[in-house]
Amino acid sequence: MLLIPCPWCGPRDEAEFRYGGQAHVAYPEDPAALSDEEWARYLFFRDNPKGRFAERWNHTAGCRRWFNVVRDTATNEWVSA
Amino acid sequence: MAERLSPLARFEPVSTDDLRIAEIPFLTQVNLRVDPKSRAAADIGLALGAPLPTEPNTYASADSDVFWLGPDEWLIVGAGARADLEPRLRAAATGAVEAGRVHVGITDVSAQRTALVVGGPKARDLLAHGCALDLHPRTFGPGRCAQTMLARAQVLLAAREGGEFRVFVRSSFAGYLAAWLLDAAVEYLP
Amino acid sequence: MTSHHRRHRRPGFGGEPLRFRFDGQDYEGLRGDTLASALLANGVRTVATSAALGRPRGIYASWTEEPNAIVQIEHPFPEPMLQATTVELYDGLVATGLTGRGRLSDRPDPARHDAVHAHCDVLVVGAGPAGLAAARAAAGSGARVILADDRPIAGGSLPDTAETVDGVPGAAWASAVAADLAGRPDVRVLSRTSVFGYYDDNYLVAVERRGEWGGQGRARERVWRIRAGRVVLATGAHERPIAFADNDRPGVMLAGAARAYANRYGVLPGRRAVVFTAGDSAYAAARDLASAGVEIAAIVDVRQAPGARWDGAEILSGHVVTGVGGDGAVSSVSVSDGREIQADLLLVSGGWNPVVHLFGQAGGELRYDEGIGSFVPRSARQALEVAGAARGVFSLSGCLEDGAAAGARAAEAAGFRAPPRHPAPRASDDGASDNGASDNGASDNGAPDADEPVAFWLVPSGDYRSHFVDLQRDVTVADVVRATGAGLRSVEHVKRYTTAGTAHDQGKLSGVLTSAIVAHAIGADIAQLGTTTFRAPYMPVSFATLAGRDRGALHDPVRVTSLHDWHVAHGALFENVGQWKRPWYYPRPGEDMEAAVLRECRAVRQSVGAMDASTLGKIDVQGPDAAEFLDRLYTNMMSTLKVGAIRYGVMCRADGMVFDDGTVIRLADDRFLVTTTTGNAAAVLDWMEEWLQTEWPSLRVYCTSVTEHWATVALAGPGSRDVLAGLAPGPAVDAASFPFMTWRDAEVAGIAARVCRISFSGELAYEINVNAWDGLALWEALHATGAVTPYGTETMHVLRAEKGYPIVGQDTDGTVTPADLGMDWVVSKKKAGFIGKRSFARSDTARPDRRHLVGLLPADPDFLLPEGAHLVESSTLPEPPVPTLGHVTSSYRSAALGRTFALALVSGGRERVGERLYVPLGGEPVPVTVTHHVLYDPEGARRDG
Repeated sequence: MLLIPCPWCGPRDEAEFRYGGQAHVAYPEDPAALSDEEWARYLFFRDNPKGRFAERWNHTAGCRRWFNVVRDTATNEWVSA
Repeated sequence: MAERLSPLARFEPVSTDDLRIAEIPFLTQVNLRVDPKSRAAADIGLALGAPLPTEPNTYASADSDVFWLGPDEWLIVGAGARADLEPRLRAAATGAVEAGRVHVGITDVSAQRTALVVGGPKARDLLAHGCALDLHPRTFGPGRCAQTMLARAQVLLAAREGGEFRVFVRSSFAGYLAAWLLDAAVEYLP
Repeated sequence: MTSHHRRHRRPGFGGEPLRFRFDGQDYEGLRGDTLASALLANGVRTVATSAALGRPRGIYASWTEEPNAIVQIEHPFPEPMLQATTVELYDGLVATGLTGRGRLSDRPDPARHDAVHAHCDVLVVGAGPAGLAAARAAAGSGARVILADDRPIAGGSLPDTAETVDGVPGAAWASAVAADLAGRPDVRVLSRTSVFGYYDDNYLVAVERRGEWGGQGRARERVWRIRAGRVVLATGAHERPIAFADNDRPGVMLAGAARAYANRYGVLPGRRAVVFTAGDSAYAAARDLASAGVEIAAIVDVRQAPGARWDGAEILSGHVVTGVGGDGAVSSVSVSDGREIQADLLLVSGGWNPVVHLFGQAGGELRYDEGIGSFVPRSARQALEVAGAARGVFSLSGCLEDGAAAGARAAEAAGFRAPPRHPAPRASDDGASDNGASDNGASDNGAPDADEPVAFWLVPSGDYRSHFVDLQRDVTVADVVRATGAGLRSVEHVKRYTTAGTAHDQGKLSGVLTSAIVAHAIGADIAQLGTTTFRAPYMPVSFATLAGRDRGALHDPVRVTSLHDWHVAHGALFENVGQWKRPWYYPRPGEDMEAAVLRECRAVRQSVGAMDASTLGKIDVQGPDAAEFLDRLYTNMMSTLKVGAIRYGVMCRADGMVFDDGTVIRLADDRFLVTTTTGNAAAVLDWMEEWLQTEWPSLRVYCTSVTEHWATVALAGPGSRDVLAGLAPGPAVDAASFPFMTWRDAEVAGIAARVCRISFSGELAYEINVNAWDGLALWEALHATGAVTPYGTETMHVLRAEKGYPIVGQDTDGTVTPADLGMDWVVSKKKAGFIGKRSFARSDTARPDRRHLVGLLPADPDFLLPEGAHLVESSTLPEPPVPTLGHVTSSYRSAALGRTFALALVSGGRERVGERLYVPLGGEPVPVTVTHHVLYDPEGARRDG
C-alpha cells in the first residue's frame, strides 16, 4: 500500500487514488492537423521506464485533485511531488 | 405532504458508556466551489460569519460548519432544515459574480449525504477498524476533517470536541456503513 | 498415557491440564504447551508423513520454522496445514498429522475475523532482548511505539535458554519490560502477533491470534495494518540444518529447539542424544538438556579444534554424522569414525541464519557474512533499523546493546529525542557467546565462535538421495544436483525446478541451505549466488483472516435508493448494477420472471408503469463556460439547448469509442444538469474534473455530484399524463404545453419536483425528480392512484431494446463508435472540436466491416438467443477457428412484438438487413434474420401519448 503524497491532503493510502498514467502528455492543440499516425501515437503510446517516471494521480477519495509526481518504478520511491 | 424519510430512518442508535452511534438526519448541506482568493469567497465567508477555511482538511464552525473538501471546494452544513442556506450563499456571491471574472458553483446537496455521530471513549478505536488515517489526537484533533475511506465507503470524517466524530456518507452507502459500524463495534458493546 | 517425558514446569507456564486428541489417541498436556511440546511430552515422535515420499516425520523445530510437523485441526473448526509447533494447546483440541495437504472445511467458519489500522512513530518487530531494548529506548523518547511479537509471551529466545538479565531469569526480565511498556499511554504491545508482510512506504501487515473459537464477540484473528514512521526489525535467527543421510527422521531435531523444549516447556524430546554441530551454541543446548535429564552420548563437532569445551560428554572433533539407524524414528547415529552410537535423539546445529525475511520484503539488500556463514542485512531503502540476531549479533549482551541503540536511532529519525541510555542490562553471557534460538518475534542465539568461521552444510557422500535440503517439499541434495546438472545456475531457477523453499514454511530452514548446496554443486561462491527473493507472507495466513469482516453482507457495499425498503416489501427481486441493488422485476404470486416481465411490459405499453430511476448519475454543471464545456465533452451540440429543454447526448473517449450517454437538462444560461448511466456516474464526474483541471483550467465551470440528492421516478405509458395531471394540478401537461424533451418545476403530490419529459421506452413518459427524503412519499402517492404498475430493470431493458436504444456497457464494450450504433445523428458536423472527433476520421473507424448494432429475429419466434452468442455466415460450420461476424448483446421476449428478438453487433450489419445468419449453440446452428435495430414504433408515434 503506497503512501502517496497528495499536494493538498498530505500522504494518503494508495487506495484513495486513481492512477492517471504518464504525466505531461498534453491533448494536442489541433487534433485535426495531426496525421493518423501522430494521433494514434497520442492515443495509444506511453513510456514505461524502469526507474524515474513522471506520472499523474487523482485523489479520488479525497480532494479529487489531479497532480503529478515522479516515482521510481523499480523501488516505488517518491522522487518529487 | 407525506413524511420525509432519512437514509437511516430504521437505524437503532447505539448508546453505551463506551460508544454512541446515531444518525443526524435532514441537515441542510450546500456544496460550494469558488476561488478562495476571490471577492466572492470573502463575501460568502462574511455571510457565514467565518472565512472559508483554506488549510486543507480543516473546518470552521460559525453559523454553519464549513468543511474544506478541496482547494476550491467546501461543504457547508447548517443545523437542521435551513432552506435559506443555498439562496443566502448565492445572494452573498452575486455582487462579485456580476462584477467580474469570478464564478461560483453553489449546489444544494442536502440529501446527497447523511451524517452519523460516532462518539464515546471507543469511537476512535471503532473508526480505526476501517479508516486508514491516523486518528490520534495529535494529528486528527477537533477542527480536523478529511475525505477518506471508512470501510469501503467514501466519507467526510470530522473530529469534534470530546473525542466525538461526525461521519458524512453518501445516502446510498449509509445502510452499508451503519451495518459495518455495528459489526465492527461488536467488541465495544456489552 | 503418562507424560513420562515431562520433567518439570517452568514458572509462568501454569499447570492446568488440558485434554486433547491426536491421530485418534487421547492425551493430556498443560496450559502453555504447544501441540508439539505436548506431543513430545507424551512421547509421540512421528507426527506427520512427508508429502512426496511418504516418509515418517517428527518434530524438527520449536516455532514457525518447523518444516515437518504439519497437522490439521479437526475440532472445534477444521483448519488445515498448521505447524504443531505454533498451535497453542487448548482443552478439547482434536488434530491429525498430515501428508503435505490439508482439508478445507465445507461449512462456513463461524469465527469472526477483524482488521484494524494502526500508526506509530516506531514499530519494533520482535520482543526478544534486542526488540525489548529497542522498544524501551524508543518509548522513552515519547515516540508512539508498537511492539509486535508472535509468541504468547515476550522474551524471544530468553525462555528457551537459561540466561539471566540483571540477575533475574531472562523470561522474567522480558515479562517485566513488556508489562512496563504496555502500561505506557503511547505504547502498544501486541503479543501472538506475527508481522507477515513488509510493504512500500513502511506499511506492515500483521496477524494477531486472539484465541477465541467461533465466539459471537471477539474476533479470533485480527489483521493489523500498520503504517510506521520507522521500523526496528529484531526478528532473531533460525538455526541451520545440515544435509546428511536420513536427516529427516523423527528424532532428528535442531539443537536450539531441543533446548527450548527443555527450558520453555519442561519437556524432554528424547532420552539419549547425540549432538552434531558446527559451532558452540549446541554445547549450551547440550548442557541444558543434560541438566534436565537427557543423557548426552557424544558431541560430534565438524571443527578440528572446537572453541567450546564441555566435559559432560565425549567430543568427537573433526568428525561428522554419516547417517542414522532405526526403523522409522532414530535409534542410533553413525559417525565418520565408524562408530554407531545408540541414541533416540540427534541434535543438529549447522550455525544460525539471521531472519532477514521482512528486511528482504522491504527491498533490503543482503551481504554474505563469512563470520557467521550466512546472509546479513547490508542496505535498505525503507526507513528501518535491524537489531540483534537479525543482523548477526548473537550474544545476549550484544543484542541488548544493539537493540537499545537501534531503538534510540529509530526514535530520533522519527523526530524524537531519545533520553540518555539506560545502563545496559547485565546479561549472563557478558563476554561470552551463548544463547538460545527463535525467530520473528524472538532473537538472539548462540553462534559459532567468531575465532573459527565455520559454514558447514553438507556431509559428503556418494549418494545424496536421502540428504534432505527442504524437508517439507521432500527436496534432497540429489534433486538440487540434478537441477544444476540440467544447467541451472541461479538459485531462483533451482527453487522453481526443485520446489525447494516453496512450501508453506517459505524455506525458513531450507533457503540458505539450498544456496549453499547450489554453490557447492557448481563450484560458485555462495556470497555471489545470494538467496532467493523474500516475499510475504512470512508465515501462513488464512483467507478468512485476510477477508476480515469483508464477507457476507459486508463483502462489498450495497448501495440502495430511498425507495429500497418499498421494493423489498413489495416482493421485488434485485439486480446488481455495479454496487447498486436495483429492482429487477416484481413477481406476483405464481409468476415466474418471464410472466412478470411480460406483464410489466404490457402495463407500460398499454397503461402506465413506474420505475425507480434514482440510480442514474446526476451532475450539476455550473459556470459561464458550462455550455462550451459540454460542447467539448459531448459529440453533439449542447450550447444551442434552450433553458427549459433537454437533449440526449453521447460522450466518447478521445479514441472515439462511446463512453457514456444520458440527458442534458438546461437549468439556466450558466447551469446544466447532466445525467449519466448508473454504472458510470463516478467515472463521468472524474472525466469532467480531469479535463477541467488538466487541459481546460481556463474554463469557468464547476461540477458537483447530486446523484443521491435526488430520487427519480420514471412514469411511463400512455396513461402517465393522466396520472401526473391528477397529482400535479399546477402546470398544463398536454403535449403542446409540455412538449417532449422539456422540463418543468411543479408540485407533485404536494412535493416540490422537477418533471422532465423524457422517454426510454418510446412511450409517453416523465421523469419526476424530488429531494431523496421525499422519494418514498412521491412513490407511494403514485401508487395510491391505483393506476400504476411498478416495473423493474428487466422490463426497462426489454422496452428500450424494442426501440433499439443501446445500453452503454451492454450493447457497447469500448470498441463501439456512435456510428456503429446507428447514431450518426448524435455526432455534430458543425462543432469545431469535441473529444473523439479526430478519431472518427481514422481509417479504422471508417471501415465498412465495422460491427453495427442491428436487430435479430430468430426464425423460431419462441427461441430466446443467449446473450453473448456468436453469429456466423452459414449453417454448416467450417473447421475451427470459425470466423465470427459478431455477437448477441441483448436478447428478450417481447410482449409488444409477440415474439423473441435480440440486438447484436454484426460486422457490416446495416448492409445485412434481411440476411439470414446463424447462431451456433452446440447443436444445429439457430437461424436468425438481421433487421433494423428499431423494432417497435419506428415512426416514434407513441411518445406524445
